[in-house]
Amino acid sequence: MNHSRRRLATVGGLALAATLAFTACSASGDGSGETDGGGDLTPVKLQLQWLPQGQFAGYFAAQELGYFEEEGLEVEIIPSGGDIVPQDALANGDVDYAIAWVPKVLGSIEQGANLTDIAQIFQRSGTLQVSWADSGIESVADFEGKKIGSWGFGNEWEIFAAMAAEGLDSTTVQIITQDFNMNAFLQGDIDAAQAMTYNEYAQLLEAVNPDTGELYTEDDFNVISYEDTEGAMLQDAIWADTARLESDEAYQDTTVKFLKAVIKGWVYAAENPEGASEITIAAGSGWGPSHELWMVNETNKLIWPSPDGIGIIDEAAWEKTVAGALAAVNEAGAHLITEEPPATAWSNEWIQQALDELEGEDLDLTGEGFEPIDVTLEEGGN
Amino acid sequence: MRETESARAGRGASAASVSRPGSRYGPGGPTRPARRGGRRLATWLWGLAGIVAIALIWEVYKLLGPADGVVIGDARVLPRTTDLAMPHVWDMIARLGEPVTRSASAQPLWLVIVLAALSTLGIAAVGWLVGLVVGVGLALVMQRWRIAEWGLLPWIVLSQTVPLIAFAPVVKSWGSRVEIGAFEWQDWMSVALIASYLAFFPIAIGALKGLQSPDVIHEELMRSYAAGYWQTLVKLRFPAAVPYLLPALRLGAANAVVGAVVAEVSTGLQGGIGRILIQFAGQASGDPAKAWGPIFGAVVLGLVAAGSVALLGVILGNYRRTEEAS
Repeated sequence: MNHSRRRLATVGGLALAATLAFTACSASGDGSGETDGGGDLTPVKLQLQWLPQGQFAGYFAAQELGYFEEEGLEVEIIPSGGDIVPQDALANGDVDYAIAWVPKVLGSIEQGANLTDIAQIFQRSGTLQVSWADSGIESVADFEGKKIGSWGFGNEWEIFAAMAAEGLDSTTVQIITQDFNMNAFLQGDIDAAQAMTYNEYAQLLEAVNPDTGELYTEDDFNVISYEDTEGAMLQDAIWADTARLESDEAYQDTTVKFLKAVIKGWVYAAENPEGASEITIAAGSGWGPSHELWMVNETNKLIWPSPDGIGIIDEAAWEKTVAGALAAVNEAGAHLITEEPPATAWSNEWIQQALDELEGEDLDLTGEGFEPIDVTLEEGGN
Repeated sequence: MRETESARAGRGASAASVSRPGSRYGPGGPTRPARRGGRRLATWLWGLAGIVAIALIWEVYKLLGPADGVVIGDARVLPRTTDLAMPHVWDMIARLGEPVTRSASAQPLWLVIVLAALSTLGIAAVGWLVGLVVGVGLALVMQRWRIAEWGLLPWIVLSQTVPLIAFAPVVKSWGSRVEIGAFEWQDWMSVALIASYLAFFPIAIGALKGLQSPDVIHEELMRSYAAGYWQTLVKLRFPAAVPYLLPALRLGAANAVVGAVVAEVSTGLQGGIGRILIQFAGQASGDPAKAWGPIFGAVVLGLVAAGSVALLGVILGNYRRTEEAS
């Protein structure tokens, strides 16, 4: 009797511990970036395309500084992990808006997704292909027969579009899938590695050159910027559900409000890169302060100046992206898209309305006065 | 102790173990506790020696191995020995003590890892509990009706062949639509669900095997006592299932941790070890030692999870005699 009672107590203790763990979990789950709104705020879900980082500083700034709330929105910013595809989450109706690169979504649209680019936040491509200074790889024309690094999952199309524009045979390159860092390139497994100006290029400049014991410098690398090639494609854009945009008036209204807050967030990031960087770190980004600041600063350079106003889709750049997407053939001979995307794939209607409504306020909506800052990277980005 | 045991056996409570050799001698001879204590110390020492051996092999290979690793044909069978690929053991340990970043509010790396590991452990525990309920439930159904076993078992096996990377986004997508009254599906629940998906499998299989383990003669004995299904279940089948269930629960715990970490990476859930695993992997070029921190954390996490099940084994010690004897 005594025996079984003791056992009962132990089992009870275990159950209690499990319950505690359970509640601890739900408590931490509650704290994931949701702010308790004052009742009548419209809930909005925004899906990012990666973990929180300076690339998305404007959205975090809009969140932290209350710009969303001023517009009557309660926005939940949802980071992506390895397997969450933003345009799929949007097409499934899991979220209301998503950040994604244009070529990737063009592929999804051809597969049947019904999505619209409502704001082209990044006006230019931030993709680089980086090789060693003594490698002899100085332009896309030198790619044939080389080991070219890419992250895959739709990040590789600029490479193939640029190669197609040069009349190169993409089947001669060996595409090596890069992982989360630049080690494969630093160790010589890749001849030319894909790098974003705002992230992986900085990772290289934060790494120690084992020959000198100092950090690598820009002189150690050849940098090919896709923005200077025919392969350049539009990147971070805000996507919305086409069907809801057409018929759902509340969604239309929310869209304009959402874009207004986003614009204010990015204007803040342009003028206060340090502040935006700190907000992003507080929002859960794991980068060191110097890397984060570099990221915000380089992201700003991709956004500003925006001569027609931030987020306005430049038709020529859109056409170039579509042309590149049509021309690109990957190393396996596959195409990204085979026909022109529908006219509903982009619209300036909502971003224009948002810009017009912000016209009177004291905001630099075109980035006329934008000046990037100088960021010194520390070892490891710390 | 001895009296209650024999009384219990007489009542038929642990009839299953009566026929097994070894159980007849009852638990705990006079020399047992001392011997067990010594053995436990030895176990710890051997465990420690194993860790030291791995660290030694690491450093010796790093010292003597070729900088470009060992390549046979086109395949690198042993890694490069550069600081980038293989940081020194002491560098990795020292890094654990330093702050995560240079930011003023940064906590030391080890603390960040411990907190993340605890968060993942909590999620994995929930997943394990759900897996336990589902697994034992399925086993009960399958044991009760042979036709259910024929129908369900192939599906249970098949369920484990679905790749997680295909499964995770679907679960997250379902979850984001679940909202019942005040209850709103949280992202961590998706991760717990995926953990339970991996955890239920060994538990279901182990529980089924255990519930089916009593000899026919014992079942017939129960029947001759006019014991119903539930009585047979409680007095015969469950006690008999314990030796099968415990290893299954341990496997389930390890699976739940793996599932939770992978699902965290997959869905980008904040706060857990999976998230800092990819976060720090991105910083491995400039800070190679940092990326190893969460890997150690994940290893310890798996050990703690499996070890917690050993605790259950202590509680259920009475029913484990056949396991110890064999």
